[in-house]
Amino acid sequence: MGEEMAKLVDMTGIDKHFPGVHALKSVQFDLYSGEVHALMGENGAGKSTLMKVLSGIYQRDGGSLKIEGRTASPQTPREAQDLGIGIIHQELSLMNDLTVAQNIFIGREPRKRFGRLDDVALNARTAEIFESMNLTLDPKALVGSLTIAKQQMVEIAKALSYRSKVLIMDEPTAALNDVEIAELFVIIRRLKDEGVGIVYISHKMDELKQIADRVTVMRDGEYVGTVDAADTPISQIIAMMVGREVNEEPLEVPDLGDAEISLQVSGLSRSKDIHDVSFSVQKGEILGFAGLMGAGRTEVARAIFGADPKDSGDIRVHGKPTSIKSPKDAVRAGIGYLSEDRKHFGLATGMNVRDNIALASMDLFTGSGGILNDGEIGTAAKSFIHQLGIRTPSDVQEVRLLSGGNQQKVVIAKWLLRDCDILIFDEPTRGIDVGAKSEIYKLLEELAGQGKTIIVISSELPEIMRLSHRIAVMCEGRLTGILPGGKDTTQEDIMHLATQRTAAMQVTGTAQ
Amino acid sequence: MTTATDIDKKKPLAGLSESGAYQKLLAFASLIALLIGFSIASPNFMQTSNMIAILQATSVNGVLAVAATLIIITGGIDLSLGTMMTFCAVIAGVVLTYLGMPLLLGVAAAIGAGALCGLCSGTFVAKMKIPPFIATLGMMLILKGLSLVISGTRPIYFNDTPGFDQISRGSLIGEVFPALPIPNGVLILFLVAIAASYILGRTVLGRYTFALGSNEEAVRLSGVNTDLWKMRIYALAGAICGIAGILIASRLNSAQPALGLGYELEAIAAVVIGGTSLSGGRGTILGTLIGALIMAVLTNGLRVLSVAQEWQTVVTGAIIILAVYADMARRKKSG
Repeated sequence: MGEEMAKLVDMTGIDKHFPGVHALKSVQFDLYSGEVHALMGENGAGKSTLMKVLSGIYQRDGGSLKIEGRTASPQTPREAQDLGIGIIHQELSLMNDLTVAQNIFIGREPRKRFGRLDDVALNARTAEIFESMNLTLDPKALVGSLTIAKQQMVEIAKALSYRSKVLIMDEPTAALNDVEIAELFVIIRRLKDEGVGIVYISHKMDELKQIADRVTVMRDGEYVGTVDAADTPISQIIAMMVGREVNEEPLEVPDLGDAEISLQVSGLSRSKDIHDVSFSVQKGEILGFAGLMGAGRTEVARAIFGADPKDSGDIRVHGKPTSIKSPKDAVRAGIGYLSEDRKHFGLATGMNVRDNIALASMDLFTGSGGILNDGEIGTAAKSFIHQLGIRTPSDVQEVRLLSGGNQQKVVIAKWLLRDCDILIFDEPTRGIDVGAKSEIYKLLEELAGQGKTIIVISSELPEIMRLSHRIAVMCEGRLTGILPGGKDTTQEDIMHLATQRTAAMQVTGTAQ
Repeated sequence: MTTATDIDKKKPLAGLSESGAYQKLLAFASLIALLIGFSIASPNFMQTSNMIAILQATSVNGVLAVAATLIIITGGIDLSLGTMMTFCAVIAGVVLTYLGMPLLLGVAAAIGAGALCGLCSGTFVAKMKIPPFIATLGMMLILKGLSLVISGTRPIYFNDTPGFDQISRGSLIGEVFPALPIPNGVLILFLVAIAASYILGRTVLGRYTFALGSNEEAVRLSGVNTDLWKMRIYALAGAICGIAGILIASRLNSAQPALGLGYELEAIAAVVIGGTSLSGGRGTILGTLIGALIMAVLTNGLRVLSVAQEWQTVVTGAIIILAVYADMARRKKSG
């Protein structure tokens, strides 16, 4: 850090409540001019909430926020911008059909008299900013024609055009390849030299070593600690992130012996998302898929299910090679997929419970001339409502009126009715409250006990640890390892595999 | 806690009951109000002959609106229904007048042509993933042009086919109940509506129609061949369009190749007034019938009151906006 160490940001005792959630519990964070301060934590640790407080999207309930020594309470992102705080969101928010310069000055376009736009000034000022970043980019290029990396540069330029002294970057490298990441780091170092303070949110451990000066770790909305990036082993940072003891009741991994292998996937690849993924699952087994967001777990599930086309890979169901080109083929082979986004991919929420349960099995209830036997649909639906304990006033209740947990059970019923014996659950408890979670867990265990094959994708490590007989870990489209379930595996073990970006990383990560 | 048994009302026809019930009620009340209002304003309005004229005027638009309802429930739209109707009428003219085939064959040809056209639209939409608005806009122009080409831009008369004009204008009911000479066209409309209600409420095709409009991706991920079902729905709507083609040709005793454009919008208006959501997933045939009747009553009533034709059009437009606004306001309230 430079000799003139001015505290740009000083947050102490920050509290933030949402209805039913204590999102930030007396959190502290500070940032000096000319440093890169990494903010780490699992999904839901409160990193984004903290940064939203800093950037004026949320207002704090308690604590103090000082910017350059003066107490500040930005009420809107605009006010935060005026205080010199710029944020680059994970999802780029650029308009693809406008030019680079138009994007950067959106909402404050230079004007001539009578409200006419001054395009000459617009492009000139954009060129100036690029020059200061030492970046060669045409202000008149359409944003949509640029690579993601270049678009990110435009976002950074936009933030700088507000004369930002603080730049918050939320997972800036999520969509970049190695060369592009190197490019980004050059820009970041240059900004550092100019005294800009950078908050760097990332899950990628190896990047911390390359770019960060200090690391602050958060967990469950609490401040865990701040350490020096260069001197702290990665394993220690992971331990700080994971921290808590979660396995209340130790999972009993059943001995499946030589139970039939019901699903075998080999060499599954799909463009940039999935690289050569191979694994197999036994009858009665729960295989967990762990990994950080964007690791490619959902993509694997969708490719197996035929929802997205795959480039290569063989799938054997109960030992038989099976060609799956569409969800129809998968369902015929007895594979059911329960998407993380039930409202978009799982349920026809405007329809009633019984029709949703029957959605995959209409042919079972179709008589001659395509006439449906509604009575039979109702009987079947009611039996599942009873069996799974779906809380609904009746089988003709519209699904959108049910709670998240009960909606999930409706989707489960849909696949059970279809007689699927391989079930892929993608984030089975997302949007489901704590009480209903354990009910879903029990249900999954029962299903496995009945000889169903279960694959569970989850971003919540405790959930993975709680359920999985074996744990497959993915990172950036590759399967980086399969760990045994139960007490032999720790969250640290999983995190190591989940952040194993490159071979070099593996060395850094395990050499401690 | 699991109370699966306490409420189990047998719903009569899934498509007809629950969804859009409020607006249907509103539409029905508006219809009654219009009828009462016009009969107070003019003694001529409530006469049987005028009522029958209203029903007769509803028949073609009603049948087209039934076709439009099917498409709109899937979340789509069909702009080609009007010219498709004309195309089917022209095909009937070619088969009956130019080729001199028997009556039934002409009717079958018209319905078949409609189904085929619908299948084309369905293929564009489902397989080629062209947005329904664009795909059917293209079909609209193609069919308009083809109608003119095939007919040589001249009307085709059905004078050589005895009984053809009776399809719409004759009255089977009137033969049994002379006091109630309801034209066959109206009878056909009701038969089509009942059949469509049945299909929507009781068959797989109907269930998938609602499911597609409700959440197409979820249906696809349930292992349903959504493309195929969508094509079937468009084909069915096309076939119904063919029936409308026969009705209008019979009423005019000729196939008028230049006619047809604009009918699709009137049909869509009837559907919307009847409470079917343009975003798909919900809608009823009964609502559509009421919507078509409201439009016919309005046109007729204003004419009886000697309101200029131009103003009738203005009023119809205002009614559409009001109807949809009422529906949206209601939906916002109920969350």
